[in-house]
Amino acid sequence: MAVWEPPPIPPGGGQRGSAGSAVRIAPKDTPANIAATFPAMGARRLLVFGGIALIAGGMLFGDIFAVFVLHQNGGQTGEALLAASRAVAAQHPSGVKDAFGQIGSLLEDRGTKIDAHVHMTDAGYLALLLALIQPYVALSAGRKKFLAKLFLIGGVLLPLGIFLIHYVGVAYSPFSVIGWASILADSAGALLIIALIGELWGLWNHFRSMRVGAVEAELPEDRSWERRILLAGGTLLVLLGFLHGAWYAGTMLYEHEAMETRILNTMLDGASANNLTAAGRSVADYGALQAEKAVNIAAHSHIIEFGLLAILLSFVQPYVFLDAEWKRRWVTLLLAGSIILPVFVLLELKLGLVSGGIADIGGLMVIVALIGMLVGVLRYSGRLDAGPGASA
Amino acid sequence: MSAASKLLIFGGIALAVFGMLYGLHYALFVEHQTLDRMGGSLATAFTNAADRHMSEAHTAIAAYGATRYDYVRQVDVHSHWIGLAMLMIVLGVAIDHVAFGDRIRFWIALTLLVGSLVFPLGVLLQSESHGAAFASATAIVGAAIVTVALAAVVVGFARQSG
Repeated sequence: MAVWEPPPIPPGGGQRGSAGSAVRIAPKDTPANIAATFPAMGARRLLVFGGIALIAGGMLFGDIFAVFVLHQNGGQTGEALLAASRAVAAQHPSGVKDAFGQIGSLLEDRGTKIDAHVHMTDAGYLALLLALIQPYVALSAGRKKFLAKLFLIGGVLLPLGIFLIHYVGVAYSPFSVIGWASILADSAGALLIIALIGELWGLWNHFRSMRVGAVEAELPEDRSWERRILLAGGTLLVLLGFLHGAWYAGTMLYEHEAMETRILNTMLDGASANNLTAAGRSVADYGALQAEKAVNIAAHSHIIEFGLLAILLSFVQPYVFLDAEWKRRWVTLLLAGSIILPVFVLLELKLGLVSGGIADIGGLMVIVALIGMLVGVLRYSGRLDAGPGASA
Repeated sequence: MSAASKLLIFGGIALAVFGMLYGLHYALFVEHQTLDRMGGSLATAFTNAADRHMSEAHTAIAAYGATRYDYVRQVDVHSHWIGLAMLMIVLGVAIDHVAFGDRIRFWIALTLLVGSLVFPLGVLLQSESHGAAFASATAIVGAAIVTVALAAVVVGFARQSG
């Protein structure tokens, strides 16, 4: 049984091998060949649209979270820790328990929102990655499209389920510790796993048979300025993030770990001596330390993820139907936002909320650039689907 | 598909699968217990302090610190293995755009693979033997190898003629 359909041979873009099977198609950068790599509502198109939309959606959610939830949540956690210190001073163990219960709830609130943001953007990265490997997935077009849909449905439902965990809890759940939102998130995760196993099966089929090169037209060979800048800029961002992480681990990680236990001990000593001023100072120190750790980790992870995003987007550029000037604008905006956000997140401790605001604007720049590129891809698809000769 | 590309893509997939299996094992058999121990130690410290058992309170804080030290590194190992694997797969698709010869491209790919294996391994060793110099040295060497490989990729992409 054939597991995949023969690839369409674009005019001038492919050739037949001696056995009659299609051989490697490496399309040149001509409109007809690029069009052949992007069939109407095929798996690759779905994954490109869905991937960019998921990343933009995840980033928008992250920006909203940073502005409206993150700082407020940190303040409330500090207040709860202060309440625990007061309970220690008052020799009131049940008060300690209540305060830690509140801290747990605040951490869950914060953690599920960060997880929703991370899982949505990461599902988008994976969707773009899957779009890249479609030429090597030896399955029928219908199956590939089904897997792409399955992946995108999972990619939307997983962060939604994670987001709802804090609000739904275990209400109306038949289980004592797992709520409906967790069930939704886990089911969506299962959809993603099934889709990925399907894609791996297709890859296995392809490399096991070795009968053909690519099972469909490969990505266009693009040597444009946009691709080169996105590839070099993206890898540079990853390198910078890696160097920052190494610097943080080498110079600050151990010091921060020692400081954390030292501050907690001082907090307890102050509270047990009924010195609430000292305990309050320790709570403030603890909050400052957590903030310092958080901005370093956020800067490290964001700059690396933006680097990966830039590299992935470099492959989508042939499908962005905009004139060269606009394509350059979006690429420049994306790379500028990718450096502004992590740098100003790092500077937040020195410059305060102004820096946080500039970081948020950096995030917004990346989102706008992504939407700009998505519009370009939509325009390209529209032209492509409108009829022959329209895709020039 | 070039040899460098194959090495990065298949090495990346293998590393990702390994990292995920490690993460799954950690999540199923270690993580929940570790988180319980961490939260429990902190709450116990405060409760002991409320009861004015300060020696026990400080012991609980020390236990919290030690558990957190392990937890941070275990999560880092898992996420860095998978993260570096993702990077390898993506660069595997793009490596043919690096403006060096096939031989150099293959060496860059090999260097990236070795660094991506060794760097998180060093972090894992730090967790197994707290404060051991060889563990930190392994992590530093691995990180340096990845840095060199990434710098070569940046130069290769930047050199490419438009």
